[in-house]
Amino acid sequence: MTPPGGLRAALVVARFGLRESLRRRVFVVVALLTLAFLVLYGLATWQAFEATDDFDGVGTAGVEPDVVVGATLAGLAMFAILFLGTILAVFLTLGAVRGDAERGLLQPLLVRPLPRRVLLLGRWLGAVAVCAPYVILVALAAFVITWALGGWWPDRLAGPLLALALGVAILAALSLAGSILLAATANGIAVFMLFGAGLTAGLLGQIAEAIGSDSLDRVAAVATWALPFEALYQAGLSELTADTVGFTRLAIDLGPFGGAESGGPLLWLWALAYLALVGVVAVAAFARRDL
Amino acid sequence: MTPALTVHGLRKAYGSTQALRGVDLEVGEGELVGLLGPNGAGKSTLVKITCGLVRPTAGAVSVCGSPAGSGAAHAALGYLAELFRFPDWCTADELLGLHQQLSGSAGGAAERAALLDLVELGHVPDRRVGEMSKGMQQRLGIAQALVGAPRLLLLDEPTSALDPTGRRTVRALLERLRDRGVSVLLNSHLLSEVELVCDHVAIIDHGEVVSAGTPAALVRAGGVEVETAAGTRTFTEARREDAPRIVRELVAAGEDVYAVRVLTSSLEDVYLEAVGA
Repeated sequence: MTPPGGLRAALVVARFGLRESLRRRVFVVVALLTLAFLVLYGLATWQAFEATDDFDGVGTAGVEPDVVVGATLAGLAMFAILFLGTILAVFLTLGAVRGDAERGLLQPLLVRPLPRRVLLLGRWLGAVAVCAPYVILVALAAFVITWALGGWWPDRLAGPLLALALGVAILAALSLAGSILLAATANGIAVFMLFGAGLTAGLLGQIAEAIGSDSLDRVAAVATWALPFEALYQAGLSELTADTVGFTRLAIDLGPFGGAESGGPLLWLWALAYLALVGVVAVAAFARRDL
Repeated sequence: MTPALTVHGLRKAYGSTQALRGVDLEVGEGELVGLLGPNGAGKSTLVKITCGLVRPTAGAVSVCGSPAGSGAAHAALGYLAELFRFPDWCTADELLGLHQQLSGSAGGAAERAALLDLVELGHVPDRRVGEMSKGMQQRLGIAQALVGAPRLLLLDEPTSALDPTGRRTVRALLERLRDRGVSVLLNSHLLSEVELVCDHVAIIDHGEVVSAGTPAALVRAGGVEVETAAGTRTFTEARREDAPRIVRELVAAGEDVYAVRVLTSSLEDVYLEAVGA
């Protein structure tokens, strides 16, 4: 009798978690709600491009209205998708350790030759296997809708999609780590407050850009890097219009989703290191916990 | 032969509360040991430390020669918690399948079917846990603990939700396991059950083992009671071997003897005395 190795055991746990989501019809509910979101997004996109048709050639001063509208709508969609992905990530992990231990679900598993770090890895992989494809597919659907109704397509595709995927992977890790110390409800609240803090930091950056405040910009930058899912979202936003220039660029920057920082390759490295750091802290905290 | 479980000088403190104060215990190969004690005595803490779920403050626990909490120790034991729960959405067969995968058991469908038969759930392999009664879930829990043929079985109140028939089934199962050489540490409040099946008993109170031994050794002689024409006479200091002499003397003294009873204290008496109740 040979117990499975680390990754294989983690995959067993992840598969079991996925099967639970399927059996509980989590995906049916998510699919229906997402469909509703995409329909609403489609209606809004159709109306927005209808409205911009009136601008054509009338006082647009070199600004391409369809590009401004398309990029702004796609930015809005990315924000909504990150939020939906966060909800999914949080609800799949918020009670993974303390919640399951209090209900007596965890102990029978950990009595098997299943190291605690492997259980955490399995639960994280299970959540990411749902959330990352979800945000990628829904963002792709939103981009396709924007293209079909208004003819606009992101300047770069991979960056925004990967940024969303890594963002929800970080949020799933934070929620999983929180579940070691906090009861499920408290953990859910804590993760959504972190999400809100990231959002606030992003808005702060836009205000700093609008009023030209360097110090405020630095505060916003530090805050978004401390919560890298927000920095990744900003990077994804900037990639949407990375090749757009001129007055159209200026018009986008003045909008609610303009002026985002790209972060560069360092951001991606930092995001991965941050993920590893959350993992190390979670494993250490879990190892010390009596069940 | 390496004992299935060795506990030496085990201590556990939760803040200022001492749950275990230096427990020593041994469960031999194929031995069935009952752990008795009032609520909060430290029984579940002892079992959880053995399972690697709780870290000891001091002392050593080894399972089949491997330190508790190690991969080898986990591989050698099966456990049913007092307050357990299984995912209500999965079936009995799926639950056992998960534990087979995690323990590395190659028993496949045959092992799952045999275990479900063993706990008399062979007719409902596809029934969801959420649709089972508490007693059925407890029997499923025992089957789960037996996945991978563990050498040491730790059962924390395994019959608390069972009816008398279910308890008898579990008793018979425990005896069969002992015959196969499986060691069992049975944590139970049901003294009669422990007395019936256990080879050894340890009574634990306030985190210490206050009495231990075989059930026969623990129950003491309580005198000899003789029913005569003049009424019932009790010889409190007498033992079983004294009964023929007492009867001879009474008959020689002209008394008519109708019945003789050798009195012994029950395990319940021993338990109540040991825990100071």
